[in-house]
Amino acid sequence: MSTILQGGPHAGPRAASNPVLSIKDLRVSYTTGLGTVNAVDGVSLDIGAGEIFGLAGESGCGKSTIANAVMRLLQAPAKITAGSIDLNQCNVLTLSDEELRRTRWRDMSMVFQSAMNAMNPVMTIGEQIMDVFTTHEKMPKKEARERAAHLLSLVDIKADRLKSYPHQLSGGMRQRVVIAIALALNPSLLIMDEPTTALDVVVQRDIMAQIKELQQSLGFSVLFITHDISLMVELSHRMAVMYAGRLVEVAPSNVLLDDPLHPYTTALMNAFPPLSGPRTELLGLPDAPPTSAGRPSGCSFHPRCPLAMDACRIQDPVLRPAAENHDAACLLVPEFVVPPERLAQ
Amino acid sequence: MSIPSRFETVHGTRAQSLVQVRNLSKDYHSGSFPFRTTVPAVKNVSFDIGQGEIIALVGESGSGKSTIARILARLEQPTSGSLILDGEDIFATQKRKASMAYRGKVQMVFQDPFGSLNPAHRIEHFLVRPLLLHQGPAGTNELRAKVRELIAAVGLDEAMLERYPHQLSGGQRQRVAIARALAAEPEVILADEPTSMLDVSVRIGILNLMRRLRDERGVSMLYITHDLASARYIADKTMVMCAGELVEGGESLELMANPHHPYTRLLLSAVPDARGANRAPGTAGPGGHYTSPAGPSQRVQLTDSHWALDYPSAR
Repeated sequence: MSTILQGGPHAGPRAASNPVLSIKDLRVSYTTGLGTVNAVDGVSLDIGAGEIFGLAGESGCGKSTIANAVMRLLQAPAKITAGSIDLNQCNVLTLSDEELRRTRWRDMSMVFQSAMNAMNPVMTIGEQIMDVFTTHEKMPKKEARERAAHLLSLVDIKADRLKSYPHQLSGGMRQRVVIAIALALNPSLLIMDEPTTALDVVVQRDIMAQIKELQQSLGFSVLFITHDISLMVELSHRMAVMYAGRLVEVAPSNVLLDDPLHPYTTALMNAFPPLSGPRTELLGLPDAPPTSAGRPSGCSFHPRCPLAMDACRIQDPVLRPAAENHDAACLLVPEFVVPPERLAQ
Repeated sequence: MSIPSRFETVHGTRAQSLVQVRNLSKDYHSGSFPFRTTVPAVKNVSFDIGQGEIIALVGESGSGKSTIARILARLEQPTSGSLILDGEDIFATQKRKASMAYRGKVQMVFQDPFGSLNPAHRIEHFLVRPLLLHQGPAGTNELRAKVRELIAAVGLDEAMLERYPHQLSGGQRQRVAIARALAAEPEVILADEPTSMLDVSVRIGILNLMRRLRDERGVSMLYITHDLASARYIADKTMVMCAGELVEGGESLELMANPHHPYTRLLLSAVPDARGANRAPGTAGPGGHYTSPAGPSQRVQLTDSHWALDYPSAR
């Protein structure tokens, strides 16, 4: 395995040999009176042990649907029509209710977007954390309280806050508590669905630093979902860009930052005003209305793509290697062929 | 491609101030005797908004920036201080007519386009209503022409008029909210975090629209945000607010190139900047909080337009 990157152990190869999470050709559809929408349309990805994997895309592209599918939280009208989800080599989709109950939180846990709504307003922080221990570990109350205090200290909150109610904490603190609850049973996978979207930049920066620190000390894997690609580049080892239910580009974060291949990734990268240099006009992306059943012919990005050619309207590009450790789904990107001398090795 | 020269001319000719905010303070009270506490949300804030100027007011949650917007929109009464629009002290008169006239001149765009448009009405309704309220009765044809003009001004298709809010994306909804504000033909638009609920990819479109409306119609804007990068992108001047106080102000480019106040630097360091030269991927910068040092502060003038608070005792 060669790494073209200087980064950590996970910055290189596309898939770790023993992935914590392995999604193969996942398809999820929502059936409504107006027709069927393929919210997730054949997504495959692997997340290695101790890897922070970023999933970026706009609202409605299907990224939260993937998260909910992994947690088995999807409800009608959503339906998983094909594919498999393996967590530690165990198929999540075929688990019985009892097995699922044991897997959730112990093996995988989730941090939701709005911390205020994720917590019970009439229970103290302490009760909500202890709930995890008493339910899953059958732990006596006294010990659970000690563990809860320890968990809070992990996220830099004083133990006397155990008696506080959610509304007595600031938005940033609430999100920290939710992260602490998610880490209570030391899961191997933590799913974070836009954990900082409701927070301001200063708090966001703190929380990101905290996640990074906890991940390094505890070693869990992260599936991190956001629409803010600049944030993700700073946090994740490897990331995927999602558009209209499909992955359009997958690469290590710094490769994606320096050398984005898909026009959509480039557009997302260029959507941020810089903090230095001359003030130049940015174009962003044309606004896209929420997608109903209709999917454009050919490449689904072509109506908004600045580089669209005639062929894009007809031919549907597939995700294929575009360079070493770098996949892209665009007709403009030539397929990468492994040099023959490498094959011989 | 550089942005039209308007940026320079605004400062070159020293735009005439349209809105003058003087010594504005707002205290919030909570609890009742004997546990009554007073929280000062805005402390002695003064600034001007010039004709056709975009001013950014930047600060984190709880810094008091939205309180200022709400006072300027007359949704709140200040504890003390004055607000002068076109030479008239607004809080001196309490007459309904005067307040109506004020609302015709100052309009607000709210943060949440999902909450600010009534889901039971079609888009057309949101534009017809302010037209009737602020422009007086008009013939159907005239009204229709004005609605069409408004929807085109914010870059939306006429077909949108027939739709309901849920059929629009967040960016499109925020455009409708801006069109609604424009319907009153205001002199000032107060935009309270108009892009923070939107996808990053469509934020630029809204910012470009705001700047275009300023250029074409000469409407002044107060842009409230916690994102310094976007303030730098559209605002002529930026003011930084910390715990109810303005701590630094100046022309946006100058202020962000040479930030003086520690809080401004903290805000700058918190902006995710993928292209930042010295920030490698995978390294989130240091977090931190800032509290103003105790003791007196003084205002230092750094350049003609750039000033900041300094704390001599903390040195």
